[in-house]
Amino acid sequence: MEVGIVSYGAYVPRFRIKPHEIAEVWGVDGESMSKGLGIKSKSVPGPDEDVITIAVEAARIALSRIDIDTSDIGSIYVGSESHPYAVKPSATIVAEAIGATPDLTAADYEFACKAGTAAIQTCSGLVGSNAIRYGMAIGADTSQGAPGDALEYTASAGGAAYIIGRENVIAKINKTYSYTTDTPDFWRREGEKYPSHGGRFTGEPAYFKHILSCANNLMEIVGTKPSDYDYAVFHQPNGKFPVSAAKKLGFSKEQVSCGLLTPVIGNTYSGAVLIGLAAVLDVAKPNDRIMMVAYGSGAGSDSFDISVTDEIKTFNRNDSNTVSSIIQNHKFVSYATYAKYMGKIHLRGA
Amino acid sequence: MAIPRFWREIPSRYNLIGTECGNCGKRYFPPRIICPECHRKSVGKMKDVKFQGKGEVVTYSIIHHAPKAYEMQVPYIIAIIEFEEGVRATGQIIDCEPEDVEVGMRVEPAFRKIGEDGKSGVIYYGYKFKPA
Ligand SMILES: [Zn+2]
Repeated sequence: MEVGIVSYGAYVPRFRIKPHEIAEVWGVDGESMSKGLGIKSKSVPGPDEDVITIAVEAARIALSRIDIDTSDIGSIYVGSESHPYAVKPSATIVAEAIGATPDLTAADYEFACKAGTAAIQTCSGLVGSNAIRYGMAIGADTSQGAPGDALEYTASAGGAAYIIGRENVIAKINKTYSYTTDTPDFWRREGEKYPSHGGRFTGEPAYFKHILSCANNLMEIVGTKPSDYDYAVFHQPNGKFPVSAAKKLGFSKEQVSCGLLTPVIGNTYSGAVLIGLAAVLDVAKPNDRIMMVAYGSGAGSDSFDISVTDEIKTFNRNDSNTVSSIIQNHKFVSYATYAKYMGKIHLRGA
Repeated sequence: MAIPRFWREIPSRYNLIGTECGNCGKRYFPPRIICPECHRKSVGKMKDVKFQGKGEVVTYSIIHHAPKAYEMQVPYIIAIIEFEEGVRATGQIIDCEPEDVEVGMRVEPAFRKIGEDGKSGVIYYGYKFKPA
């Protein structure tokens, strides 16, 4: 049975901050930070935005592109590491806001930056086994780095929603494969506001080992090589890692550039590969082949071998909802405004 | 805000569900239990209707001194919007600078946080409007 993406939508908050704005506050060289991380700017959520509002905006864009009955959505999973509530699912609010309640199952997922792809896997399973007609998988985050930490230059906000189904599939999921180990590279304990990380330990044994193993194993399983793919989207915690992972795997810069958005929007965590894939689907042609590999600290990778179908030709992409037009609408803010929006400033009595 | 009241208002706050009088056909947002024109004749005849919420600014005000919960957002814009569907709603305009708002400006609904009961309380979500 053909299971795949029926529609998708991405959303990125409008505010941006540049590395030099952050660097100036901490007495660091902004230019070298920008170069070292491959980051020109990162998105900042407005004071009235969180994972739930981002998820709803993305989900509504996905729904606006196709004509389906929202009561046919049988599952909604929201993957994030910054759910607004510790207890009370984001997914129920999203389900209500898109008119999918009450006949569905809903839950929140958490796996650092790969909770959104885990949601796609679950929805694919439910759709593939005929348990539901459509499933909605969302990855969204409003992540924070501790003030002055290297993460503060990259941790940003955004998300994407995917509708998975069997009918009018625009991109078929040929195969998904995951690679999981216990690796303490990045974590946040319950009740802590900011995450901790293992510094340099986050590179080789964590990100690269999982991304490379996952991608190589997937290609071995489906019998493909890098040149068989038109596009590749790798998890992008900064602008450098995904390019370097691509090179190690044998993919060219051209194959990854379309789905590489971290240099302008920052690391949207659970939203990262999903927004990258959305940017690729915005321009993809029938028969294009796409590899997507997510990475979540802790640690694991989810990989996907995807083929674009003829349905993409009639799919609604001629609107203001493409990733490039959403990203184009932006406003740069100062560190002071950023600190205010992110709740880093405490008001009297608050 | 009381949780039960907010919970009852979720359909209108999340999805712009209003009502239409089955007697005279007049539409209302926020929803009404009886039609103020038809009174008793409308009892049991009020139907739910979902508005798209696209429309234009009828009038607006720039808020500089806000209640505590909105202090982080000043200055912000509160406007009365006339939907293409004829009804009017009051809401905040976002993604727009106070100097850029004008009467007649086209807007569409957005889903945002509209309040919370402090750091440990419920978060309230609902519609705001953004330039279309
Ligand atoms: Zn009436």
